[in-house]
Amino acid sequence: MVEILVNGKVVRVAPGTTVAAAVLIAGEERFRHSVRGEPRGPLCGMGICFECCVTIDGRPNLRSCQMPCRDGMEVVTAVFNEG
Amino acid sequence: MKDSLAFEIVVVGAGPAGLAAACTASERARSVAIVDDNPAPGGQIWRGEARTPWIERARSSPVQLLTETQVVASPGEPALLAARGDRPVEIRYEKLILATGARERFLPFPGWTRPNVLGAGGLQALVKGGMPIAGKRVIVAGSGPLLLAVAAYLRRQGAKIAMVAEQASRGAVLKFARTVARSPSKLMQTLGLMRDLAGVPYRTGCWPVEAAQGEVKFRRGGRTWSEPCDYLACGFGLVPNTELAALLGCTSQDGFVAVDSRQQTTQPGVYCAGEPTGIGGAGLAIVEGRIAGYSATGRPDEARRLFAERDRGNRFRIKLQEAFRLRPELAALARPETIVCRCEDVSFGRIAEHRGWQAIKMQTRCGMGPCQARICGPAVDFLLGIPADSVRPPIFPVPAGLLAEDL
Repeated sequence: MVEILVNGKVVRVAPGTTVAAAVLIAGEERFRHSVRGEPRGPLCGMGICFECCVTIDGRPNLRSCQMPCRDGMEVVTAVFNEG
Repeated sequence: MKDSLAFEIVVVGAGPAGLAAACTASERARSVAIVDDNPAPGGQIWRGEARTPWIERARSSPVQLLTETQVVASPGEPALLAARGDRPVEIRYEKLILATGARERFLPFPGWTRPNVLGAGGLQALVKGGMPIAGKRVIVAGSGPLLLAVAAYLRRQGAKIAMVAEQASRGAVLKFARTVARSPSKLMQTLGLMRDLAGVPYRTGCWPVEAAQGEVKFRRGGRTWSEPCDYLACGFGLVPNTELAALLGCTSQDGFVAVDSRQQTTQPGVYCAGEPTGIGGAGLAIVEGRIAGYSATGRPDEARRLFAERDRGNRFRIKLQEAFRLRPELAALARPETIVCRCEDVSFGRIAEHRGWQAIKMQTRCGMGPCQARICGPAVDFLLGIPADSVRPPIFPVPAGLLAEDL
């Protein structure tokens, strides 16, 4: 199992799980806020739409659907980013 | 300093067409590489399936698999510039095969930007990536055979499929079913899906009109009603990924990359196979990939032997296109306040004031966000008949500094 932090909460997932899936497992469906402040989550699931972007280890705007979870990753979604 | 790699043949895209092209080319070429943005080969259709014959074949061949590598530009010479994480990498080639696949077409309707509305293939990809779906009530909607494949997959993973809503008419779907029944392999596939979907209502001539929290409104035959669901998985067919081909100067025709009988584009030494040349499914993509692989390694006779199989695939492609043509009523779902460009939050009302793609971009910022019109472009084309046809590098957003040496 791989262990990551989503908004400070520990999530344990099977190897190969994407960060997008881990965020949903953590019970969070608001990945980012749109420019007008609407909550958004994954749409295309294949790295095209950029709706699932989150902050990973301090790097913002990373597509969580294309990113496999790696041990110790710290993921922050819109809720924590923008309050 | 950026890394630099060089291969005789470079294939972009590790789906069915790209894997078939690379494996075929590797029988003869000195060196072959496949470049793909995803963490594993297989493309969208074979995502998460390590045991697919073509993936196993590629893994046991000398083909180099460069995953998590996103092509972002073509810096003039026969070379691509790609991003691997924060690192730029230059990939030089003698021959290039584009197998960049397709994406789903999304159409705007009130509520389609809510987090509980996802693509059909999109939800499938997320579940393959570990998203929990067991016990969730899901409605799969939109158009095309993909809806059935997605519904069957989600049900096998424990989802409750409340309904599959297909916008095409019953007559069109039945006519298509008769075509499928003439192909033994496609018939077997379909029978498998029917078994997996036993008891699930498949409503034709039916489409979503508004999504809200916990429910989606549908229309069919003049009747409108609400269905409760946790997720709406919704895609209206596929659109080809032609951005890289356009950047390389390849001519396109009716939105698809134009190729000759050898799968060569209008740029000598650049070939294209699979969905970018026409939406025909994995079978046709594999044949086209093999032809491109033979052509790129100077084996026209071997390529020619596959032309008849490609012709059959193309006949199926045309039937597919006819059966699942989108009905004009779908263009009337977006209200003036409905968001069309999700990156920049541009509403339909603002876009509809303009007559050309350049004006739309300049005046509203529609298509100027990180997806670079991959989502809103096909929607604008469907809603207003204005093709989003401008492509400029980088074709994917990259960390600042990565391009500093090249652009």
